[in-house]
Amino acid sequence: MIATGQTLEAVEEVKGRSLWVDARRRLFRNRAAMAGIVILAAIALLAIFAPILSPFGFSEQNYDLIACAPSWWPAETSCIAPGHIFGTDSIGRDLFVRVLFGARVSLAVGLVATLVSLLIGVMYGAVAGYLGGRADALMMRLVDILYSLPFVFFVIILMVIFDRNFILLFVAIGAVEWLTMARIVRGQTLSIKQKEFIEAARAAGLGPLAIITRHIIPNVVGPVMVYVTLTVPGVILTESFLSFLGLGIQEPLTSWGVLISDGADQMETAPWMLLFPALFMAVTLFCFNFVGDGLRDALDPKDR
Amino acid sequence: MAALLEIAGLNVHFALADGDVHAVQDASLSIQEGECLGVVGESGSGKSQLFLAAFGLLAANGRAQGSVKYRGEEILGASPKRLNALRGGAVTMVFQDPLTSLTPHMKVGAQIAEALMLHRRVSRDDAHRQARLMLDYVRIPESARRLRQYPHELSGGMRQRVMIAMATITGPDLIIADEPTTALDVTVQAQILEILRALKTDKKTAIAMISHDMGVIAGLADRVLVMRQGRIVESGSADEIFYAPKDAYTRLLLDAIPKADEAPAQTGKVGPPLLTVEDLRVDFPVKEGWFGKTRTLRAVDGISFTLHRGETLGVVGESGCGKSSLARAVLQLIPKSGGRVVWLGRDLDAATQSDIRKLRADFQIVFQDPLASLDPRMPIGLSIAEPLKTLDPAMSRAKLREKVRTAMRRVGLDASWINRYPHELSGGQNQRVGLARAMIVEPKMLVCDEAVSALDVSIQAQIVDLIRGLQAETQLAMIFISHDLSVVRRLSHRVMVLYLGRVVELAASAKLYTAPRHPYTRALLSAILSPDPRAERAKKRELLTGDLPSPLDPRARLTFLKSRFDTPDYRPKLQEIAPDHWVAEHD
Amino acid sequence: MMAYALRRLLGAIPTLFVIVTLAFFMMRLAPGGPFDSERRLPPEVERNVKAAYNLDKPIARQYLIYLGRLAHGDLGPSYKNKDFTVAQLIGIGLPVSARLGLSAMALALLLGTALGTGAALKQNRWQDYSVMSVAMLGITIPTFVTAPLLTLVFGIYGISLFGHELTLPVGGWNGGAWRNMVLPVTVLALPQIAIVARLMRGSMIEVLRANYIRTARAKGLPVLNIVLGHALRAAALPLVSYLGPALAAILTGSLVVEQIFGLPGIGRYFVQGALNRDYTLVMGVVICYAALIIFLNFLADIAYGLLDPRVRLS
Repeated sequence: MIATGQTLEAVEEVKGRSLWVDARRRLFRNRAAMAGIVILAAIALLAIFAPILSPFGFSEQNYDLIACAPSWWPAETSCIAPGHIFGTDSIGRDLFVRVLFGARVSLAVGLVATLVSLLIGVMYGAVAGYLGGRADALMMRLVDILYSLPFVFFVIILMVIFDRNFILLFVAIGAVEWLTMARIVRGQTLSIKQKEFIEAARAAGLGPLAIITRHIIPNVVGPVMVYVTLTVPGVILTESFLSFLGLGIQEPLTSWGVLISDGADQMETAPWMLLFPALFMAVTLFCFNFVGDGLRDALDPKDR
Repeated sequence: MAALLEIAGLNVHFALADGDVHAVQDASLSIQEGECLGVVGESGSGKSQLFLAAFGLLAANGRAQGSVKYRGEEILGASPKRLNALRGGAVTMVFQDPLTSLTPHMKVGAQIAEALMLHRRVSRDDAHRQARLMLDYVRIPESARRLRQYPHELSGGMRQRVMIAMATITGPDLIIADEPTTALDVTVQAQILEILRALKTDKKTAIAMISHDMGVIAGLADRVLVMRQGRIVESGSADEIFYAPKDAYTRLLLDAIPKADEAPAQTGKVGPPLLTVEDLRVDFPVKEGWFGKTRTLRAVDGISFTLHRGETLGVVGESGCGKSSLARAVLQLIPKSGGRVVWLGRDLDAATQSDIRKLRADFQIVFQDPLASLDPRMPIGLSIAEPLKTLDPAMSRAKLREKVRTAMRRVGLDASWINRYPHELSGGQNQRVGLARAMIVEPKMLVCDEAVSALDVSIQAQIVDLIRGLQAETQLAMIFISHDLSVVRRLSHRVMVLYLGRVVELAASAKLYTAPRHPYTRALLSAILSPDPRAERAKKRELLTGDLPSPLDPRARLTFLKSRFDTPDYRPKLQEIAPDHWVAEHD
Repeated sequence: MMAYALRRLLGAIPTLFVIVTLAFFMMRLAPGGPFDSERRLPPEVERNVKAAYNLDKPIARQYLIYLGRLAHGDLGPSYKNKDFTVAQLIGIGLPVSARLGLSAMALALLLGTALGTGAALKQNRWQDYSVMSVAMLGITIPTFVTAPLLTLVFGIYGISLFGHELTLPVGGWNGGAWRNMVLPVTVLALPQIAIVARLMRGSMIEVLRANYIRTARAKGLPVLNIVLGHALRAAALPLVSYLGPALAAILTGSLVVEQIFGLPGIGRYFVQGALNRDYTLVMGVVICYAALIIFLNFLADIAYGLLDPRVRLS
């Protein structure tokens, strides 16, 4: 059964089809997820470039056009603001630029805070999972305790103490979200640790560090990636919640949460102030969810 | 006489994300009343899907076309109401894995009674009474107590009896048994097959027996179907199939079964022993609840043996016998709790961690599950190279690749597959990768831990041949662990039978198989099923009663020495009753 | 079972302790004190006031005094609302918040479970897709958007249903009249209905794939029997684990909802207390919330043990 006709040198090597390639193919076939990726990319591009390209500055006030609807608005309004695609807000600022500026801030908060939670959560979870035994039990008990706290309350307290520091906002929200990440990473680490190929690696003589870096981490990346895309929308929501209460992003910056909060106040007289930021946020959150679900199905298809 | 079940031109398709699968192609068969039809095939043969489809139990992405007639009535595509009336009443099923096939949160009695109450309209009390009687029939001790227990509180064998009870209680015409004994220990399998045999003779129930194991089929079936990749390749009476097979595939399957006369000749003891194990003990602490005491599970309870160059020691036993723990303790993969392991004259207790790591090149291991023992994210070339790279980190990449290619060719793999991933390969091919990985560092000893148990029968034979060839080439010492005595026979010079962490018999394999002395060995041998229907029907069986006791039960050790029950700490001693033939004390 | 329950209870106590300690020290870390914004008092008066509130002692001492009082159920006076003790304030606000929160929770569990189960049974068909899309909406749109929206539709403009004009009050508690509760409870429950539905759907799909469901089908059990008798209990397990976080989310959401609808619950006290450095009030509210969640977690653990005999008997 030895393969015949093989010379030692001129062997054409067959390209392997790694699991990532399989997953990517499945992802590309998922229309909702692909649409989500495209839309997110579009929003990100708009957020980066539009405020630069727009004729209006984001804090440029125009007292003649206070709370005026865009020219295409279908209903009756008290005033129209020509040239402003989304209309103006209560002190005459262009809503379009503000919504996109808010996009920058909200997306930045979403990504950075998720990154913070990723770092803390992965380290904590991997250590707990790998150590196992009592150390793991203790670490997970702590997570259980923290999980049952109305953690946002502590974030609020933190924000009050440190006086609404922007950087702190990232850290505080990240500190809230790391718990689930830690649980997922720990669960994955535990289940991988028991697999035979880890035992095989030990039998081959690898030390614990080599095993963690070469075998455990690459196998944990998948579910972590899925969870990361699903954490970002949660972070954006938390930020908007804080901003609504007056504890999040402060002037002169703005975020979708702040814009929505302002817009909710003006809902009866100037509904476009609520509509556009809410729409952008909802669409962004939808897209992240679709992409996250798509990633999950791509990496772990359960079609039987 | 009208057939009970008549299937004609059945086709089953599955719509998967990566394409369509034609799982069953144009299958036709019939089953008469009281007849046992054996359906044999390897993985992917479609044997299970055929019957699932016939009775409307396919998964949501499956489609079935063709004709299925039960007592003349077409039931393929029948209404759910009609199918529900039929299933569980006149036609019942027994599945492979009883732990996951029983509802975990429902008491056993309730699950059995449920079917009866639904189909035969009996009262709840009546149903529970009959359930108890049924548990007695399948020989579950303390049936009244068992009725009120949950599935996870019962052992594997007992759970399968419960499933059989559940399938029999409504007095069905046909029982479809889908690999009912595959997940069970050999001695338990023998008992379960007895029950099925009794069902056939006592209650005249027709049985569709699906299995990959020809031996199981030989003992039960009147007629046999052989399936391969969705098609029925041959069908006929049991005698025809086993004694005069026509199809090449059928012959392949029959040939792959290890025969009785294949034990390798005993080699003389060449030189000093490579490995000496003395009174090895491995304990595991078992915690009971948060505040409960910690009990010690004695997985390996004082085992001694030696191993020489070129020699294979077969280690045989059922669940809980400690064979895997033994292997891992010898290989220093888990810590031992007592005894000595001496390798090449060196007591390994005295070795440092870095010494042991260097020694790892000397002894390697091949695992049971070929896919799980390979990192799914690494191409097989890297997996194979890993032990060599660890042994000699300075080796150049080109040289490494060359060695990997050589190792691959040696185990019969196409060297151009070096970049393929494990999920692209079949089970047999992955196991060859595992062997290549073990052999690349040219070890002196190889441990095969159930290395062929997860493979199809035809592939098993190939891998066993491969291992034999490798051993002949390199004069490897080998420890071959398996629960399957017939596979062990082909490879081993000596065989060691383990029971609950202790050796009950150790002898040259020829001796062991022809003249076993210990009752446990005899029960194991009796439980081996041969593909010879006449022999199977005539065989007098030596059955154990009940399931294997738990290793935590201190008196379990004295199961075969009941005369010493009053001294529960006594361990039956190993006695040399003939040169090189050791047997533990027994009644 | 008793041993299991006892174990769970013993685990809850350190949790509460950790929370109290955390909250205490965090509040003390905040710059400024409760009396800073008031008129400058003459030094001796200020000293007396501080002494009366124990603010002149070292922090460790204040902590122990607080713990001691806590053990007696004394949450201390409110620094800002001088006429009331914290316990009294909580006594006024808690029934409101509790009714609001628990109603929302009940609604979320019932509706979410029903929707999720239905979606699972019709997986990948239009019923499934529509339920999941609506659920997605529920999760992504924050409460402070749905609140004004629903208020606008049902409160201000009103809708006519079967020929009757239906207008709901837009604010105020009105002693807990059900008409006043409809909007706030719905707004509060919406995200949780969505989450529960998704959770239940995922869990039910997993369970329906299990081997024992195949056995149940092979026994000829009709779908209803299978779902109710065999699948639901197992599928409910992840849901039970989610109960604690669900309550935490509802309590968080209540901060916004109480503010928008002008309901006299304790959420309001919390935000104001945090901004005003009213230590004892904030502490009191946090302890109250935490105790509620811990208690619910405890109940959830018991429920888990009841549902899954493997956990109970190990």
